[in-house]
Amino acid sequence: MRIKRETVLSVALVTPSILAIAVFVYGFIGWTARVSVSQWKGLLPDYTFVGLENFIGLFNDPRFHIDIRNTLIFTIIFVIGSLIIGLGLAILLDQNIKGEGIFRSLYLFPMAISFIVTGVVWRWLMNPAAGSRMSGLNLLFDSLGLDFLVSQWHTTPYWGIAFIAIPAIWQMSGYTMALYLGGLRGIPVQLREAAQVDGANEFQIYRFIILPLLRPITLSAMIILGHISLKVFDLIIAVAGKQLPLDVPAIYMWQTTFDGYFFGRGAAIGILLLLSVAVLIIPYLIFTLRTEAEL
Amino acid sequence: MMSRLRSHRWWIYIPLLMAALFYLIPMYVMLVTGFKGFDEVSLKTMWDLPKAIRFDNFIEAYQKLAPFLWNSLNMVFPAAIISSILGSVNGYVLAKWKFKGANIIFPAILFGMFIPYQSIIIPLVEFMRDVNMYGGLPGLVLAHVIYGIPITTLTFRNYYANVPTELIEASRIDGCGILSSFWHILLPISAPAFVVVIIWQFTSAWNDFLFAVVLTSPSNWPITVALNNMAGSQIIAWNVQMAGSFLAALPTLLIYIFLGRYFLRGLMAGALKG
Repeated sequence: MRIKRETVLSVALVTPSILAIAVFVYGFIGWTARVSVSQWKGLLPDYTFVGLENFIGLFNDPRFHIDIRNTLIFTIIFVIGSLIIGLGLAILLDQNIKGEGIFRSLYLFPMAISFIVTGVVWRWLMNPAAGSRMSGLNLLFDSLGLDFLVSQWHTTPYWGIAFIAIPAIWQMSGYTMALYLGGLRGIPVQLREAAQVDGANEFQIYRFIILPLLRPITLSAMIILGHISLKVFDLIIAVAGKQLPLDVPAIYMWQTTFDGYFFGRGAAIGILLLLSVAVLIIPYLIFTLRTEAEL
Repeated sequence: MMSRLRSHRWWIYIPLLMAALFYLIPMYVMLVTGFKGFDEVSLKTMWDLPKAIRFDNFIEAYQKLAPFLWNSLNMVFPAAIISSILGSVNGYVLAKWKFKGANIIFPAILFGMFIPYQSIIIPLVEFMRDVNMYGGLPGLVLAHVIYGIPITTLTFRNYYANVPTELIEASRIDGCGILSSFWHILLPISAPAFVVVIIWQFTSAWNDFLFAVVLTSPSNWPITVALNNMAGSQIIAWNVQMAGSFLAALPTLLIYIFLGRYFLRGLMAGALKG
């Protein structure tokens, strides 16, 4: 009897949270899906079914094409940049150096700051003004004689979005470093020693032993960074405001829904974002939890 | 081992210092600009150190942003504390009382922390309107509490999973029920997990922009929305924006400086590596 009562009690304890998640995550996703196949435009809800019209509209919409292209460019540069810097710094920090703790804290602190603050500061660092109005990093490069680095930053035609990845890398590469450093610390010292005894040099040890062992970390980092970049929104707004050349799905969604009242179209963008994140996250969740259960 | 000798590899510090410079540049600009007097501020001299320490920019930024800083403070404490309490109860049950179906429920809860909030924001706004919480801070707190459940549950579950189950069993032999085991055995040793989770929730609620901009009306704006609005306006000078950015970053920066160890643990939980 006691066991049974306790099972009921244990379920009762988590029920409020489970209900909250069921309604606010899954219920609301379902609700959004319903809006995405409705013709709701304007302030009053209108759930008249229009099939996939909103989705088809998006795929024929030049603005959405820009969004997809921008997301791809941003993701590639942001993820690869963070991985390379993160791995490099982690390997350097793992060389038993003096002041490791201080370096680690310096690399990580941007994680504590909001994308809005990061964006506002980088907006002034990446000021594209030229000539006598030159300022920010351009001014710094110019006075250091590094003129070739002077750039139009995010106002560069066509490739502007690539520069938005710089503040994003600034913010997230320290985190990637921490992930890699955790992985490096988990590699048994004996493995390196054995390789040294066998005559492997430092480079070979990294190339053939350590990097392959870090592959799972790279995968986790790619998935975490990738899903952040699909959702990127406040950083772009804070650096550049809302402007078409730097548009991404999350900004389009916000504008079309809450400024333009095109709820059906906004919901369709929300669902597409969800699907693209789910493709990354669901296999990751299943894989991670299964490995955990095997341990 | 030769390769572990410190003196051998002075050149390693070159890239390490260069990276440190990269991470510090925005901080440098924020602080140097903030401490200049109005007469000294000019985009031409933005890299120069201030001639004297002045607080003009901080005072003006604070005057403009104070109400919004208070909105943020009033919102993050309840948000962090309530979602931590929920997380600890959930974590306890999911780690120590695995009922039937728990293996499906746990990942289903976790998925909630990865979803793009664009996929729930329309119903959320409708819901807040229906229950008359639209525009105010309580609604924003509710959103942070609910969408914080996955990460807080995960952190506590991983923390409690490392507590020997024998402890719970022993307490049951002594006549403890499910609740008194939690109260007498687990809660007293939960302080580290609470610190991690509260810091994490504090930081993410403080730094949030999407929920804030969609759910609150101008008088209830948290600092992120107010700062972004300030940055977008043509009237407010860039030096005041810099000082404002620093004020907006200060609370989480202080937490990071003094409790960074725990902050890092919270981050790792986010990577599912408790």
